[in-house]
Amino acid sequence: MAQDDNPSAQNTLEMVQEAQEAAHKVQSEAQTQAGGASAAVRALILTGFGINCEEEFAAAYRLAGAEPTIVHLNQVLHGQVSIHDFDVLNFPGGFSFGDDLGSGVVLANKLRYRQTGANGRTLLDDIRQFIADGKFVLGICNGFQVLVKLGLLPNLGGNVTPEVTLTHNASGRYEDRWVTLRVNPNTTTPFLTGIDTLEVPVRHGEGRLVIPDAALQQRIEASGLNCLSYLDANGDGTHVYPFNPNGAALNCAGLTDPTGQVFGLMPHPEAFLSAYNHPDWARRRRQNPHAGEEGEGLRIFKNIVAHIAHARSAATPAAELATQK
Amino acid sequence: MSDNTAQSTHTIQLTLKPGQHDGDGQRVAEAAARHLGLRTGRVRSAALYTVRYPLSETQLRDFATRCLADPVLHEVRLNELSGADGYATYILEARRPGVTDDEGTSAQNALADLLNEPLDVHTQHIFSKKLYLLENDLPADDLRRIAEELLGNKLINWLEVGRVADGIRDYTPRPGGGAEAITEVVSLTGLSDAELLQLSKENIYALNLEEMRAVRDYFAAPETQEERKAAALPADPTDCELEIIAQTWSEHCKHKEFAAIINYKDTETGEEKQIDSLFKTYIKNATSEVDRKLRANGNDWLIKVFSDNAGAVRINPDSLFVWKVETHNSPSAIDPYGGAITGILGNNRDPLATGIGGARLLFNTNVLCFGNPQYDGPLLTGQLHPRRILEGVRKGIEDGGNKSGVPTVNGAIVFDDRYAGKPLVYCGTGAVMPMQFAGKDSWEKIIDAGDRIIMAGGRVGKDGIHGATFSSIELDETAPATAVQIGSPITQKLAMDFLLLAARRGLLKCSTDNGAGGLSSSVGELAGISGGAVVELERVPLKYPGLRPWEIFVSESQERFTLVVEPGKMADLLALGQEMEVELTDIGYFTADGFLDVRFDGAPVARLNMEFLHEGVPRKILEAEWTKPAAAEPEIPAATDYTPTLGQLLGSLNICSRESVIRQYDHEVKGRTIVKPLMGATGQAPQDAAVVRFNFESWEGVAVSNGILPRYGDLDAYHMSAGSFDEAVRQIIAVGGKLPNLTPGDGIFWSVNDNFCVPDSVYDATTNSDGKQKLAKLVRMCEALRDATAAYCIPLTSGKDSMKNDFKADGVKISVPPTVLYSMTAKMEDVRRAITSDFKQADDVVYLLGETYDELGGSEYYALHGQLGANVPKVDFEKAKALYTLVGQANDQHLIQSCHDLSDGGLAVALAECTFGYDCGASIELPATGLPLPVQLFSESHSRFLATVAPEDVVAFEQLLGQRATRLGLVTKEARLLVRHAGSTVISADAATLRSIWSNGPVNQLLGVGEVAHLNHPPAV
Repeated sequence: MAQDDNPSAQNTLEMVQEAQEAAHKVQSEAQTQAGGASAAVRALILTGFGINCEEEFAAAYRLAGAEPTIVHLNQVLHGQVSIHDFDVLNFPGGFSFGDDLGSGVVLANKLRYRQTGANGRTLLDDIRQFIADGKFVLGICNGFQVLVKLGLLPNLGGNVTPEVTLTHNASGRYEDRWVTLRVNPNTTTPFLTGIDTLEVPVRHGEGRLVIPDAALQQRIEASGLNCLSYLDANGDGTHVYPFNPNGAALNCAGLTDPTGQVFGLMPHPEAFLSAYNHPDWARRRRQNPHAGEEGEGLRIFKNIVAHIAHARSAATPAAELATQK
Repeated sequence: MSDNTAQSTHTIQLTLKPGQHDGDGQRVAEAAARHLGLRTGRVRSAALYTVRYPLSETQLRDFATRCLADPVLHEVRLNELSGADGYATYILEARRPGVTDDEGTSAQNALADLLNEPLDVHTQHIFSKKLYLLENDLPADDLRRIAEELLGNKLINWLEVGRVADGIRDYTPRPGGGAEAITEVVSLTGLSDAELLQLSKENIYALNLEEMRAVRDYFAAPETQEERKAAALPADPTDCELEIIAQTWSEHCKHKEFAAIINYKDTETGEEKQIDSLFKTYIKNATSEVDRKLRANGNDWLIKVFSDNAGAVRINPDSLFVWKVETHNSPSAIDPYGGAITGILGNNRDPLATGIGGARLLFNTNVLCFGNPQYDGPLLTGQLHPRRILEGVRKGIEDGGNKSGVPTVNGAIVFDDRYAGKPLVYCGTGAVMPMQFAGKDSWEKIIDAGDRIIMAGGRVGKDGIHGATFSSIELDETAPATAVQIGSPITQKLAMDFLLLAARRGLLKCSTDNGAGGLSSSVGELAGISGGAVVELERVPLKYPGLRPWEIFVSESQERFTLVVEPGKMADLLALGQEMEVELTDIGYFTADGFLDVRFDGAPVARLNMEFLHEGVPRKILEAEWTKPAAAEPEIPAATDYTPTLGQLLGSLNICSRESVIRQYDHEVKGRTIVKPLMGATGQAPQDAAVVRFNFESWEGVAVSNGILPRYGDLDAYHMSAGSFDEAVRQIIAVGGKLPNLTPGDGIFWSVNDNFCVPDSVYDATTNSDGKQKLAKLVRMCEALRDATAAYCIPLTSGKDSMKNDFKADGVKISVPPTVLYSMTAKMEDVRRAITSDFKQADDVVYLLGETYDELGGSEYYALHGQLGANVPKVDFEKAKALYTLVGQANDQHLIQSCHDLSDGGLAVALAECTFGYDCGASIELPATGLPLPVQLFSESHSRFLATVAPEDVVAFEQLLGQRATRLGLVTKEARLLVRHAGSTVISADAATLRSIWSNGPVNQLLGVGEVAHLNHPPAV
């Protein structure tokens, strides 16, 4: 926090970035310089207009070894920041525009219609380009809702038109509770590599996935796009409240697009970065005092950072690789 | 209210497609049947948007189908307000003019994005409404009951009901009238005492006779007259001037009763004394004394107390912890949702605008006091049902916290029939602020003449006019609608994001919140620093036309900050505001000429001497007389099996689970909550205090607790207050906190807010005949507070008092019991060392720490038998401090596996609750102490814990704790709570059954969760 008056805080890129994060950024840059300037995986985290999980999102990427940058959405819309300078674009949770008109709706609308440049170009056009470039998009909770309302998920048709929706929980109420998820073995998304089950908190009022027709549902299942499902105590998929906290179709907690590059989920892995976030941490640590202190949620971020770093190093000439060691 | 500009007014109706689940409609039908006994048949809900903006047919259709409708869920109808086959009646719920409509504002944002036009989002073009279609042909009276008692609030909503066949009546508000910017003059010259009082009452000045006389005398004084002549002001006061004085001198803002001279008499001992200000004597001086002891021991973390919007203590060399708890009682009585959401958002603004401003909010807390929600008797005129107040307040806290991204980590709900008139709604907020912003000390408020006054955030309307004065009088059936506001969390979130960045860029000199009294209070207080201010009211942006200057100045429209900015930084600040879509308006400048000078279009509206304004209020002299209430211990027949009693206690209103409430609050956004309200493998073990880490880079954190025990006040207000303080302290010790100042320079900060909520305690022979006794209770509460702070060396850093918690209607007065809440925070050096309440492992040894006395007075056990008793629990501070110190040492040595403080329901309830986390059991043998069995089981003696220790640590633990630890038994694998006494079993119950009773208690039942116990994760294997 002593870095709060750091002149770099004037940098528009760090519009709402805490100085301590900036300090870490400086540190991670120093580390990456030792290993080659291009090595840092760059994560862009959007905020503003009621988004409120950007800090833990940034912490997740930092702990995963990437370089997170939090920017106000207007900086992207006004062209001060280009998403193309980053490897992974992130839509955190929160209440964008207060969830009025339905969660994520107004933000999705802004991305789709607000013209950011000449020729009527919108941020959605840029995001499509970003994905076409092989880059990654992650949306959590409200961010997932935005991706669904935009039509980026599941995007079976490939034309970014809303196909499914997320709406009010069957219980009619917002709830904060921990759930257990199973990863669909058929999913191809690198975000979920090597994960079988995952405990995470849900904190939402509008997380019920609605798939309008059986044919679409079949296609989603056939492609393994329903990458996460809610589990009951026996480890079985379940419709039963509160294991499935919202009554989602297919017990589905998360979706990917067919490329696996776009991934969204209702629960909050960024809220489980430390073992001490779990409601039963005290008993678990008593039973296993030497267990690691990392939370399970961090695995998703480590996965995508490792995947991007690996993909990049695979494309890097051997000579540069040698200097990185 | 029909629209005459047809081309530019449109209606969009969204209904659910066939087959889509209509949760809203279903809930209305269920609630009507359950709470009103009305059968609606099926209910179908629809969203309506009235658009007053010129749109072509294509634009309208695009807007409706692409922006508003969800293609999967909705059908769209344009410019028709129609029912549906099979639905006989309707209820239309719109908002009254000027009421916050966030949904309409968001729709406007969406329209601006769609059209790519710079639509002025600060003017309302889109109005959102709800339409409910009901299957059954209910009479209009029944429809109106559903509309007014379940759906809306007459003060906030415009409600239309009727038969669909007769056509659906629409309503769209047109806020504002034709009033001009008029300033009136009010002559006080020659008014009789009765006329002065009448004037005060009619205008809701809430000033008493002596105060009105002081105002009259100020204006009549020759020097005032001379100054006014010179400044071209009328000889008589303007309406604005009287309003400013009324706001500034309100009990709410000035705390006149806490500052009064009190003549106190104890009829038992014959002792008489005069107290020169409760605040000074028992709060400020007590904290000064604590600070002296702290500093003498190298603990200099107390940075700012009582002098700003919130108290500030140092966490470490880089950062401050800022802590504030407020109440929002009166507004919550008349509009529970609006009252609570403005309460939490308003309280958020206090730490946000402490010092320079721009603290980062870390968590919220709330403590709520309600009447019995199962009450089924008649209601007084203007009185809302306790269930409705509970549901509205809960929803307000949910939206206020969740939508701001601030976790609600701790809270309590207290039920007592005396809160049925005015509920108590306490909202707390903790925040972290860097020690410096751009090289300046963050906690300082420095203002120089010439600095600009900037209003930031929402616009000004008539909402919330007279909030400060209104809350300073008792509530009756004529409560003004304008005193109610609805908070807009999204507006505040934008302002908050902006403030954080503006502070970090060094653009702010300082800031304050616009709360009670609006600009008149915020500018009035800040002007005290520089020595004056000039405000140009015509610059203030309004929600709608038609406000008079005085209304603009005192309006309490929400989500506003007043910023102090050096002229040279204005350009950067305005640019940042534009980028972040926060409206900033330069409304004047600070001066040093000693006057608060308010103008409208150059014409003088008010000019008041600052010294008179801030120091001119006459001191009150009040009478207090303490008579010990007659009380006796009841005779309750002894039982051999107390299992049923334990069950009754677990299912009782004040002990049962609050899970349905807790889970609707986000308690872990920000990812830093380490001890949440409910923990364990089941997620159902209640915890004593919350623990939150400050950031992801260190393990430092803060423990948060609250102590409140109003029912003990019926026996003795001193012991009620002392016990409440101790309760909050021991909760923090239970989760692994440590007392302050035990070792030199240990830096363990504690920061406490005291919040007194009492009934009218000013004696009046006819209207408040027991006023002296009520005031004596307040005095005794304060005395206990002073003794507790001194004993534990724990400082108060901020607080608030609310003095008129009475509800009067139909000749009946409902007064709250004198209530005090202590909201405590303490530094945790390493949150990983936190202790949770639930039993961890079989064969761990169970201990009772501390001493049990024959103190069932005011207990839940007596309450179960309809008794109060006499033996109120008393705190022995010395013994308590010694025990807490040892518990801290035991935790340093990792000796404690679980720890739960004993409170409502005593040992028996604590034992049961400790089994809830993982369905283990316990086998307990109560010692032969000579105390009667019910006392051992249910006494609520203070300063006690139920702790468990691993078998390998027993020797070390017993050596350390000595006589203070009583070994009770073992944690068992078998999930059964077994308690024996003198060779026989006195409690034997299945742990899952106990948990089920607790989980299915009245609170969860009422809020519609149903069978909770089996809905939750059984323990992992």
